[in-house]
Amino acid sequence: MTKPIALAIKWVLIIATLAGILWIAAKLAAAGNVTAVVIAGLVGMGILAVYATRRAVPLKYLVPGLIFMALFQLFPVLYTANLSLTNYGDGHLNTKEQSISDIIAQSVREVPNTPRYKMSVATKEGDSVTTGDLVLLLTKPDGSTFVGDKTGLKPLDAAGVEKTPVGKITKAPGYSILNARQVNARKDLQSLAVPTSDGGGVKPVGLSEAFEGKSSVSYDAKADRLTDTSTQPPTVYEPRDARWVNTADASQSFPQGWKEGIGLSNYTRILTDDTIRSGFIKIFIWNVVFAVVSVLSTFLLGMLIALLFNDPRLRGKAIYRSLLILPYALPGFVTALVWKGMFNQDYGIINQTLGLSIDWLGTDFGAKAAILITNLWLGFPYMFIVCTGALQSIPQDVREAATIDGANAFRTLRSIIMPLLLVAVGPLLLASFAFNFNNFGLIYLLTKGGPFSGVDTSIGSSDLLITYAYRLAFSGTAPNYGFAAAVSVVIFLLVALMSIPGFRRTKALEEVN
Amino acid sequence: MSTVNAPVPTDPRLDSRVGSETGSSTPASPKRSGLGGRVWWRHALGLVALAWALFPILFIWSAATNPSGTLNTASLWPSGFSTANFNTLFSDTSRPFWTWYKNSMIISFVGAIGAVFIGACAAFAFSRLRFKGRRGGMMFLLLTTFFPALLAIVAMYIIFAGISDALPSFGLNTLTGLILAYLGGALGANVWLLKGYFDTVPRELDEAAIVDGASHVRIFFTMTLRLVMPILVTVFMLVFVGLYGEFMLASVFLTDVDTQTLGVGLYGMTLGNNANELFGPFAAGALLGSIPVMLLYLAFQKQLVGGLTTGSVK
Repeated sequence: MTKPIALAIKWVLIIATLAGILWIAAKLAAAGNVTAVVIAGLVGMGILAVYATRRAVPLKYLVPGLIFMALFQLFPVLYTANLSLTNYGDGHLNTKEQSISDIIAQSVREVPNTPRYKMSVATKEGDSVTTGDLVLLLTKPDGSTFVGDKTGLKPLDAAGVEKTPVGKITKAPGYSILNARQVNARKDLQSLAVPTSDGGGVKPVGLSEAFEGKSSVSYDAKADRLTDTSTQPPTVYEPRDARWVNTADASQSFPQGWKEGIGLSNYTRILTDDTIRSGFIKIFIWNVVFAVVSVLSTFLLGMLIALLFNDPRLRGKAIYRSLLILPYALPGFVTALVWKGMFNQDYGIINQTLGLSIDWLGTDFGAKAAILITNLWLGFPYMFIVCTGALQSIPQDVREAATIDGANAFRTLRSIIMPLLLVAVGPLLLASFAFNFNNFGLIYLLTKGGPFSGVDTSIGSSDLLITYAYRLAFSGTAPNYGFAAAVSVVIFLLVALMSIPGFRRTKALEEVN
Repeated sequence: MSTVNAPVPTDPRLDSRVGSETGSSTPASPKRSGLGGRVWWRHALGLVALAWALFPILFIWSAATNPSGTLNTASLWPSGFSTANFNTLFSDTSRPFWTWYKNSMIISFVGAIGAVFIGACAAFAFSRLRFKGRRGGMMFLLLTTFFPALLAIVAMYIIFAGISDALPSFGLNTLTGLILAYLGGALGANVWLLKGYFDTVPRELDEAAIVDGASHVRIFFTMTLRLVMPILVTVFMLVFVGLYGEFMLASVFLTDVDTQTLGVGLYGMTLGNNANELFGPFAAGALLGSIPVMLLYLAFQKQLVGGLTTGSVK
């Protein structure tokens, strides 16, 4: 029977969880994300249904993991597939409506003799001062305060707001105000424009003032055209390929486009764009070579060392083992970064000790060799340990039988030990291949995928598919999330194709009891 | 798993076998010859293997204690002992080393505890309870391990950027956000490892407890979890070590210097024009940063190695 105290603990936990979900839902609702609120509600009801009743006992144990898995593993995978069908990326981050209001706000010109706002630059409290969305805290000459961001201008509650004598806001609840040095570091300030309700906008002037002006661009919703009256004759822009393009001169367009579905264009681009396709094939070949050579080299070295120590007369095996495991015990980032230092062409100890002057990280061949050497060092202890275990599990009488049949040492190794060893460590070799196929950390920390010397400078000599996708999305000035997502999906498919044989052969399939 | 570390059954005939393998024609000696005799060449090659395994670690030590602290003066053999690099590292206000250390520890510890709890609950269900879709569920978990979450990193970044807008304390640039993202992969491979061990606990114990009137909750928390403690420790270590070394998600999520982990922070020290001058402090940081994981490995060698190789050797 359930004791009252256990029952009490159970209900306290249920109520605390539900209260937490309610709080999250309230925050999501405040941010206007309807879908997320619905999901939070469903999760809450699911938790109540599973834990408040006596039914569904297995689910009580599976729900915590399933929730995290659904939210942060399965959903991101589906979302990646969805993203790969869009043009989401630099210049295509917002909706079409936002691009219109942004273009209109950007085209604001100051009307002479209008009063200026006093301006403080801030971010929302909790956001990073270096990367969070910028917010302008504005004071009109009459003393009224406003808060503006790229979505619009709103009055700012005067409670808790502190100002300097000239009216510049120095403190406002809910916002962290940037100091002059931080403001200076924000290159995106000059491109910030706050749209106002009458079709104009507020733009910063310098670091502490802003003006409100009239826009020279207007939007005609019926014709779906933007007209810029600042030129003579007025320039007309029409929507084309998710951008506003000048109808008279197609090479001219506004930088602000919008996000839209583009079907399979990202995939056809991989297949049909010559530089991308040849680069992609080059990356794929190196990716497979890297994974295969890494697995084979670490396995061979590990196996040889395991055979070396597979002698019952040898003393001090425990000490050898503890010391040989150290490369594997170092955190991966330390290994990669230290080897990067050792491979330095001018100062690195490898060139100095061996009297070489190889440009390890700056040439195609050198970078690949450096990566394989580092991965050999990093991975052989694991194979050594695995092979030691497997060798010990090979029955002694099998070897004896071979000896009696007249096999010499090499023949025993080749015909008896190796096949038994491979059966035992085969699944681990496959797992090691799968891991190395996407070994982002090693490549990125050692070479960043470089050197970049080919025809297409966006593709490095030592790039893996995963580092290539990462660079498309997160490095450089023009991230292309949609295309990066398409590359990720291709990696998914390749991994799936390559793992089918291993998956079908895995013993685990028959062993679930 | 148990057989991985099983002692080799010594057979008196083995010595002669090994003797003939090593090219020796002397008759087998009944007692082991130890350091001398026919195994000296194994020791010689073993020392070569040790030199290969340890020289980069010696280099880290030399670079960290190198008095001048730059990459071009770093050598393989220590050129004197100095704590100058450590002092430089600790006093650099733009690179808060101890904050990185603390962040790495928090993320790895909380992430590993969460993963062990989630995994143990799921393993209990898969091992002890009978329900529809149990086999399919295990297969599905195995399948997900073939597709690491880092492939969906673009979507992860955009999802967490969205969370940042509504719930800044769970979004990008927070330790909680990164831990949540890591917990997404907490099911998966760990459950197979855990379930295998759970299966070795006799079901008769559960049945006895049920006869005594214990509920499934009571059995799980007060009995099963204690009996499977060794595997819980193993999984904790594996996840801890894995999260401690994770770089990709951490580098995307943590952009503020105060929220960064050791990996992201130390990586920053090897970039840019002053990477040469910073190499000494970097090596000092790398040395200190390696200590927790190295100690874990040396102290829990058997568990970690056993956990890594489970399923291969039966």
